[in-house]
Amino acid sequence: MNVTTTRGWDEFMEGIWKQNPTFVMILGMCPTLAVTVSAVNALSMGISTALVLIASCGLVSMMRNVTPKEVRIAVYIVIIATFVTAVDYAIQAISLALYDALGAFIQLIVVNCIILGRAEAHAAKNPPIPAMVNAAGMGAGFTIGLLSLGVVREILGAGTLFGVSLFGASFQPWVIMVLPPGGFFVLGSWLLFFAWLERRKQRKLAETAENV
Amino acid sequence: MNADLHQLAAQSTPTAAMIKTLGLVSAICGLIIVGAYQLTFDAVADNKRIATERAVFKVLPAAKSIAEFVALPAGGMEKIGTGETPAGAVKFFAAYDGDGKLAGIAAEGGAKGYADTVRIMFGYQPECQCVVGIGVVSMRETPGIGDKILTDKDFLANFTELDAKLNAELKALANEVKTVKHGSKTNPWQIDAISGATITSRAVGKAINDSAQVLLPKIVPALEQLKAKS
Repeated sequence: MNVTTTRGWDEFMEGIWKQNPTFVMILGMCPTLAVTVSAVNALSMGISTALVLIASCGLVSMMRNVTPKEVRIAVYIVIIATFVTAVDYAIQAISLALYDALGAFIQLIVVNCIILGRAEAHAAKNPPIPAMVNAAGMGAGFTIGLLSLGVVREILGAGTLFGVSLFGASFQPWVIMVLPPGGFFVLGSWLLFFAWLERRKQRKLAETAENV
Repeated sequence: MNADLHQLAAQSTPTAAMIKTLGLVSAICGLIIVGAYQLTFDAVADNKRIATERAVFKVLPAAKSIAEFVALPAGGMEKIGTGETPAGAVKFFAAYDGDGKLAGIAAEGGAKGYADTVRIMFGYQPECQCVVGIGVVSMRETPGIGDKILTDKDFLANFTELDAKLNAELKALANEVKTVKHGSKTNPWQIDAISGATITSRAVGKAINDSAQVLLPKIVPALEQLKAKS
């Protein structure tokens, strides 16, 4: 029991840290750069993607023993498209303003490489529960990735966070941050930060190794 | 070894098995989609209605309820439900105040802006024959520049009483609604552009003009039909 829970936890953390889709695998850049103009958009895009990811990995995994190899991609795409459609309806039911803000990027989750990648690389080879745990981790990692861009861009580009004004009326928004170039700037800065963290960690490891 | 065997088995998958799997997947997925559609249908329809009402109420603050109409290409108009709009017909909204009296007419219009089509909704008041408010339905104009059309007070002041009278024959506007360069507005049918966002300002003017030129000649002669809330 204990072993499986730790394994489950590792499986989950995999997507959040070691194989973070946004910052480590650099996957799904299209929605990452396009919808992260505000924290709310980023969060809802992340959650939508995570839901699609979890549901479709679950179903792909359940069907893995009856899915012939030749038609697997077709099966995955049909399954993913189904859940994207369901999420699409759900968002329209929750808020039309949000639906308009996310625009075509909801439908484009179908071709998000993170999801097809997870289905092919993990869900098709594992039972439903581990597959869904892994998918949940990836989804959470993607959400965190989007959110870390969205928060920075909203604060700098609009002076607000989740729509709440932070600096008062005298704040002059740094408009370029909510324009497409801003997405690249912020993404680049985050990648730089994580690369620096990684390098520092390795230097530390090397130093301890030398000391021993 | 195991993988080899697996591959061999997979290579010789009979067509029937593939069709069976695809059929099964399609059936499951079809059920899920229909289920999701049914579950969300009411909420989505409600949301759409509320969004439309809000957009109309914004341009006609006196309004309390709305009815959806189409102006037919041959002239005249008819009330529509949520169904399809007949070809060539122009949709508009009649808005009524709390007492059921006509508070104004709201219609959409669109014109090419800087990035994409700027779609706006404008409120028209029959008494003064003027445009009394605008709202944006959708646009992709540059944040901080083009989207000033939503916030710029001087620009919005253009739409407190923008002249949109029809000519004597009731066939077209007496004076074309036109956006002019910032600071050069002289007539009540002109829109003073935002300096620095001239293209977006022009799109607003053109959207109002194009829509009003088509719609108002059809509606105004038949205004009586709209007066009472039905």
